[in-house]
Amino acid sequence: MPLDAKEKKKLQEKARQIREDIVHITEKCGGSHVGGALSQTDILVILYHKFMKIDPKNPRWEDRDRFILSKGHGGVGHAAVLGDLEYFDKESLNDFNKTGSPFGMHLDMHKVQGVDASTGSLGHGIGLGVGMALGARVIGKDWHTYVVLGDGELNEGSVWEAAMSAAHYKVTNLTVFVDRNMLMIDGPTEEVMSLEPLDKKWEAFGWRVIAVDGHDFDQLNDAIEQSLAETEKPVVILANTVKGKGIDWMEGKVEWHYAGLDSDMAKKALDSIKK
Amino acid sequence: MTTMGLTWTVADADHMTQAEIYGEVLTQLADQDERIVGLSADLAKSTKIGKLQEKYPNRFFNMGIAENNMFAVASGMAEAGLIPVVSTFAVFTALRSAEFVRTDICYQKRNVKIIATHSGTSFGQAGTTHHCTEDLAVLRTFPHMIVMAPADAYETAKAVTASLEIDSPVYIRIGRSFEPPLHKSLDFDFEIGKAIELHEGTDVTVISCGRPTVGALEAAEIAKQNGISVRVLDMHTVKPIDADAIMKAVMDTRRIITVEDHSVIGGLGSAVAEVIAASGKACAMRRIGLQDEFAIVGYPDDLLHVYKMDADGILETMQELLKAEIEEDDDWEDED
Repeated sequence: MPLDAKEKKKLQEKARQIREDIVHITEKCGGSHVGGALSQTDILVILYHKFMKIDPKNPRWEDRDRFILSKGHGGVGHAAVLGDLEYFDKESLNDFNKTGSPFGMHLDMHKVQGVDASTGSLGHGIGLGVGMALGARVIGKDWHTYVVLGDGELNEGSVWEAAMSAAHYKVTNLTVFVDRNMLMIDGPTEEVMSLEPLDKKWEAFGWRVIAVDGHDFDQLNDAIEQSLAETEKPVVILANTVKGKGIDWMEGKVEWHYAGLDSDMAKKALDSIKK
Repeated sequence: MTTMGLTWTVADADHMTQAEIYGEVLTQLADQDERIVGLSADLAKSTKIGKLQEKYPNRFFNMGIAENNMFAVASGMAEAGLIPVVSTFAVFTALRSAEFVRTDICYQKRNVKIIATHSGTSFGQAGTTHHCTEDLAVLRTFPHMIVMAPADAYETAKAVTASLEIDSPVYIRIGRSFEPPLHKSLDFDFEIGKAIELHEGTDVTVISCGRPTVGALEAAEIAKQNGISVRVLDMHTVKPIDADAIMKAVMDTRRIITVEDHSVIGGLGSAVAEVIAASGKACAMRRIGLQDEFAIVGYPDDLLHVYKMDADGILETMQELLKAEIEEDDDWEDED
């Protein structure tokens, strides 16, 4: 079912707030993977606020849907979403990156409530997701597993090992997103290690590919609904995104992969998000 | 998550390889616990986990020749409450997929059991690409991982069973070839982290794990005929290591030989040396194993001989060690 106007407005408002939270955390912690955290935000917001069966008061609820941020460096953005849902005291995010804090750049499932897998090393999350989805099938549970991959991460061979296995075992209780923001640390993906034609690569591995604007909630909503209805092939949603999305002077710039924000920059960033 | 009271029976274990008995016992354990699932990487037949596949095709997943993904998938399955048992060759587990085992299984504290076959030089003819004389060193450094090296088929059966009774990642390295059984039956106590004293002795202690252990016992029996009293400790668990048994051996015999089908760097010998060094007690020690080299091609039994991991080699090392001088320590008797 398409999003109604009210629902869409609510998601947009939530995404705006999460982007502000990312700026606040980044200002306090001295630096974060701010660019990629902003590109993935709308995907996380629609999953956590519309699709996922979760209970923040019972984070390890057995029947919950699973979420794996395979691009674990987006942890600052994931933590912002979880803190906002009160998986833990949001104020504790002020300690992000600090010595002894539960929050490092890459989140630890045993220290941060709501995290289903400790990620950060690229190329692991999709295999973990295939295992969770196959596990659900073996034990007869109907929860769904969602995985968000980075695009640079697709250089890792293990991603394609997992892609092969998901298609082989017809793992359809799994939805994979690629946060296709076109940038990696050393530059544009097509300059560092070309990925295109990316849709054809996934198709050749036996996946159904749905390409969307990763900042358009109507398109994301429709693609996720299609993936949940699919019964033959695993589904990958190629979400075309903008690194640094929401802060106009940060958008599409490789230098904002990891960076700090002083108070003036943070204020300018918040002004841009409000626009 | 604890599975208690698992039982199984095996006829004719005297004539089974470690892998054969592992496949047999695992399948019987899977009868009793439906959370057990198996994974392999195109080596279901070679590792004998294929037994489980024959009986429970829906609880076995061949992941193809893609070990990294296999360990990630196993971790995910454990999140669903299953107990994945993963089998492939030791070299692909400990070296190719080390980071997946560390990050997805140990860091995430997943209840995954890894049965690594063809360890050490037990697949001798295959050459260095298929030997694995580094796994104990690597796996020992992974927090939460329990590391075991059972000596024969009977011990392998007990190790697999014990691993399923605890909620923890466990690594069990076994051989490929047929080794003569160390034990005569299943009638012996086996506890993770507790060495088995196979032979009493007061002159020297041989601490062994895995397939050289049969030779260690043989060496002790030969030495006895020559008036040398040799204690043999079967250190089937390399981590957590039985420090009490090691220190008792140091106090009682003051001469220690370790034997492992593995590099002498980082494995059993190193683990034993770490315990002794930290104690401040003096003793003379030799480590038998691969001396910082890749093994030659050869039949597994021949390689035990070449690298002095058999009874002859252990006796030779023992002769040399018995001549070694040990510093006087006047307080020795006082410090039990």
